[in-house]
Order: sequence, then structure tokens, then C-alpha cells
Amino acid sequence: MPLRFPLSRRTLLAGAAAITFATTLPAQAQEDPVKIGLVAALSGQSAKSGEAITRGITLALDKINGEGGVLGRPLELVSRDDESNPGKGLIAARELVQREEVAALIGGLDTPVSLAIVPFANEAQVPFIGPWAAGTPITKNGAEQNYVFRVSAVDEFVDEAITEYLVSEYGAQKPGMILINNPWGESNEKGLMMALEKRGMEHAGVEKFESNDVDVVPQLTRLRENGADGLFLVANVAPSAQVVKSLDRMGWDVPIASHWGPAGGRFTELAGPGGEKVHFIQTFLFTDTAHPLFVKLQEMFPEIETLADVTPATGIANAYDATLLLAAAIEKAGSTEGPAIRQAMYEISGVEGVIKTYDTPFTPEDQDALGPEDYVFSQFVDGQIVPLTD
Amino acid sequence: MTLFIAALVSGIGLGAMYGLVALGFQITYSVCSRVNFAQGSMVMLGAVLGYVLSERAGLPVIVAYPLALAGCALMGIVVEFCLIRPFAMRNSDAWLMATVAGGILLDNVVLFTFGNEPRSLPSPLVETSWQIFGTGVYPQQILIPVVAIGLAFALQLLFRRTRQGRALLAVVQNPEAARLMGINTTAMISGSFALSSMLAGAAGLLIAPLLSVHSDMGTLFGIKAFAVAILGGMTSAWGVMLAGFLYGLVEAYVTTFLGSSYTYVVVFGMLIAVLAVKPNGLFGTAALRKV
Repeated sequence: MPLRFPLSRRTLLAGAAAITFATTLPAQAQEDPVKIGLVAALSGQSAKSGEAITRGITLALDKINGEGGVLGRPLELVSRDDESNPGKGLIAARELVQREEVAALIGGLDTPVSLAIVPFANEAQVPFIGPWAAGTPITKNGAEQNYVFRVSAVDEFVDEAITEYLVSEYGAQKPGMILINNPWGESNEKGLMMALEKRGMEHAGVEKFESNDVDVVPQLTRLRENGADGLFLVANVAPSAQVVKSLDRMGWDVPIASHWGPAGGRFTELAGPGGEKVHFIQTFLFTDTAHPLFVKLQEMFPEIETLADVTPATGIANAYDATLLLAAAIEKAGSTEGPAIRQAMYEISGVEGVIKTYDTPFTPEDQDALGPEDYVFSQFVDGQIVPLTD
Repeated sequence: MTLFIAALVSGIGLGAMYGLVALGFQITYSVCSRVNFAQGSMVMLGAVLGYVLSERAGLPVIVAYPLALAGCALMGIVVEFCLIRPFAMRNSDAWLMATVAGGILLDNVVLFTFGNEPRSLPSPLVETSWQIFGTGVYPQQILIPVVAIGLAFALQLLFRRTRQGRALLAVVQNPEAARLMGINTTAMISGSFALSSMLAGAAGLLIAPLLSVHSDMGTLFGIKAFAVAILGGMTSAWGVMLAGFLYGLVEAYVTTFLGSSYTYVVVFGMLIAVLAVKPNGLFGTAALRKV
């Protein structure tokens, strides 16, 4: 009778487990990574924004980890898709904090999603940094212990900046507003009204339109008849293009100062040559392919060929700087505990980002790192976003 | 005066589009008392297919657009076969929800395959605008009402003069008798959905150069066109077309003279008021309900 060593399933499993354990052992000996959670739109209409933010964070992590990480530990990104849905965003944020135990959260493009996460972040005492969504109440949320910071444009400041632009560059005295009919348009209507009131100016009317409206001529004709000498435009890429096409058809040549909506990749394809007349704000622009960050981008993401492939660069730059600021704060705090990081956010200084060098970027009164002085007015030329030179 | 003319031009252009899409509702409703609630998605499908065939595949417009329309017709047949017939056979009203779901499904399939970036369908008719009475008009905007009225006439001819058209009318008047007379009612119903989707697709191709091509471009059109079809009275083709123009004009004039904040309040308020006074729509006739 031959001697048998039956390889039972149990033995095999035990062996496999042992091998797995053995191979993970050296990693365990090292420090655990410090996790950062991202909640952004990674699918659907706004997927491009999630991609830009991910690229920005990835570049920053590469730099930080290359220099030894934070607290001697590597930084690691854990991403969740919010599908531009506030409910899903909140669930994702909760899961990241409670199960993944992330040290901090980074947000996405959609203001409603960020607004849904804000109360949770404050309650859970986890720093939440916004690299894109511009809604004013995200950082001005009234919480006593405010854990929400932002490295992006803020509606209130944008409205102030585009008003100043129309007044100083074009001498506008009675501008009109053409705004998308949603909470974003609403929020900017308030901001623009405030900016006009401050200057004792009147407006030629507030007109709203739907994102699928074919013809905006009736609204624009009203503004023209009321004597508008400049236009404020707040809408995303496709609806902004509808406004430009309608203006073209009317043959109305009027200065347009816009929020950053048109900064999607194909604005001039949709709007035609008239699209180049729209002047909008950005927080950052790549002006040539030799920019060190652009070179790094191409290295890490070979699918990027030209500057037109990274429009808008704003999302990448904001996320990059936000991650650097966060890393500096964790290092300063000497801990990954929320309250310590928050306190350190107020103490960091001299952090070199791609938009600027941040000296005391945050104070308890102002949790926004960027202000109107950091905005760049820009326009499309040949499908690329370029800064306005004057 | 400028305001008045500008609103007139916008209103007629928009109205023709609503009328064209609404005509699609009217055709199937007359034939089998059912409609395809995914009509808005058919508008989108026409534009997307037109874009893909002409811009990406590089086919000349004269080949690409008829192919796009054929695609829409095919989709209409699929909708009838998969989303309407199974429920109609069981006398269930679930086709209503099924077609709505079908539309959402189609929008999302297009989102994944076509991409989430809106694209532009070029047309030589939107490159320069003509200035008339202080307002600008794209030739495309003139083309839309011309094509819409032309198509309505063609349908009229089809119904009155061709064998298939007469057969379709027979189904409208009395499906049972028509079937007993040897008319293939199933094929006729299927054909009416193909025709209906083709009209929506044509509207999509006509609007696309004025708008942009993307997966949810048809949603709002579908809803407005259904309102137009109800307003026009569902049973009368010319009534629906007229209601389309009326709706477009009211929309444009309200926006121009009262402001865009009031557009939907006034337009849909008026719609409800009209239906309260004339429950069968402006030009519809009361249907006999056999109990």
C-alpha cells in the first residue's frame, strides 16, 4: 500500500496563507501609509473634473513621497466616485473616514456634493479640502470648529472680480446678467448684486436660461433693449456656447466677463469663433509645454500630448497645491489626528505651490487659500486657454 | 419692434421643432392610442447618429443623414416590439413606464459610447446670419419651419394617396375591421412607430447645428413636444403642428416681454388653462369611449 500525502484543500489554503503572510511581512515592518480620501465625480458628465483632480493629487503625492513622505510615512490616495450626487458623496465620505480611516478628505467639482459633506466633516473633525467647487457657503459654513478649507475660486470673490473687470476694462455702467437656471446661477446672482451694490451701480436685468435652451436671443434682446453695456455669464461649457451663438446671430458685440464655466475642452468648437470673445477667470494656466509641472504630467500620463489635453488646468493645479498644503500641515501637526491637522493648517507658511507660494494661507476667519488677486483672466485662442495679456 | 421681430423669429423656429417632434406623438397615438415617451431620446439619437456618421466616419451628409434617419426608424420598431407590444398584448398600461425607462437607458448608453463631452455638428447654414429688422436669423432657422411644414404635407399625401397610408388610416378608424379586411395591423402599428421616431430624428438633425450634440439634448424637447401634442389635441396632425408654432411663439414672447423667470410659469399655466376649457386640446375631437 503506497504511502499517500493527500493535498487537502485545507493544507493548500494554509500554505497559500502562509506565503501571503510571509510576503506581506516586510511591508508590515515599514510604517503604514497615511491615507487621504478623495470624493469627486469620476464618472458621468463631470468625469473630466475628477480626472484632473486625481492627476493633480497624483503629481503632488509623487513629489511628497519622493522626498520621504510625511511623518516618515508615505501618503496614499483612496478615491471614491460621487457621481455628482450629494447623497452618494456623503456616503463615500463617511466610508472613507470610518473604514479607511483617512486623515483628511479632498472634494470635487460639484458645490451641492461638497455642501452635503461639510456638516459631516465638521462633526467627525476630519479636515476637508476643496480643490474645485466654488460655492461660497462651503468654507463659510458657520461651524464653530470649521474643518473645511479650500484652494480654489470662490463665487463671492469671482463675482467681485468679474464686476471689477467689466468696470475697469470696459467702463461698463449698466451690465446685464445671463445666468444658468440652477443653484449655481442663483448663488452668483447674489454675489453679482452685492458687487454692483457696493459700487452703487444699476443692472440691465437678470436673465436665466436652461442648459438645453436652443435660443437665448429673447433673453439677450431684453438685456440689449434695457441698455446693457456688458454681460456677466455664469454657465457650464455647452450652455455658455449657446449664449455666444445667440449673440453672434444678433450681431451684438458686447464685452462678456464670465465665471470659469467655459473652461471645458471644446468651448470654441461649440461656440464658434465668437467664443474667443468670452473672458473668464482661472486660478492657473499652463502657458507653455516646458512648464516643469506639465513635463511631469506628460511623464506620468503619456496620453497628454498638448496643452489642449489638460484644459482646464485649474483643477490639476488646485488639487496639486491643496495636497501640498495638507501634507505640510500633517508634518507640522506631527500627527494624523483631525484637530491637530486643523490647527496646523493655520500655522503653515512658505509652502511652494504651482499657483503661488503660500504664506499663512488659512486663518480661522478666512479658510480660502486663494483670493481675487490670484485669479487670471483668460480667453480661448485656437482651442487653448491663454491668459489675457493687457 | 426689434423685440417683436426677434421673438417672432425665435418663436417660429422653436415652434416648428416642437411641432415636428409632437407630430411623432400624434401619429402613433392615432394609430394605436399609445405613444413613445422616449421621443426626446429619438431626437438625440438622430443628432448623435448624424454626427457619428458624418463627422467621425466621414460619410458625406447626403448619405449620413438618411442613414441616421434609418437608424431612428429601426429604433422606433425596436421600441414598439420590446417596450410597447408585450404590455399592449396584456392590456397593461406599463408601456408608459417602459418607454420612459427605455429613453433613460438609451441616453445612458449614448453617454458611455458617444462620450460625455458635448460636440458641435457643423452646418453651412449657421455660419453667417442674415440681419432682418434689426435681428439676426440663421438660414437654418428658416429651414426648420420649411422642412417641418413640408414633412407634414408629405405625411398628408402618404395617408391620403398611398395604399399603405390608406391602410394606416383604416387602422386608425377601426382596427378590428381593418384586420378583418386583410390589413396587417401589427405591421402598420410597427410602421407608425418607425415613422414617429424618424420625425423625431429629423428634428434632432435640424436642431443639432443650433445646439450641441450630447446625450441629454432631447430630454427637454420630448417633454415640451408632449405638451404640444396634448395642446394640439393628439388626433389632428395639422392641429399638433399649429399647436407647436403657438407654443414656440408664446414661449418666445413671454421670455421677451416678461422675462425668462416667468417663461415656464406662464406657458404651462396657459397650457393647464386651455386644457381646463378644452379637455381634448385646441384642435382635437372628443374620443368616444366604449364601455
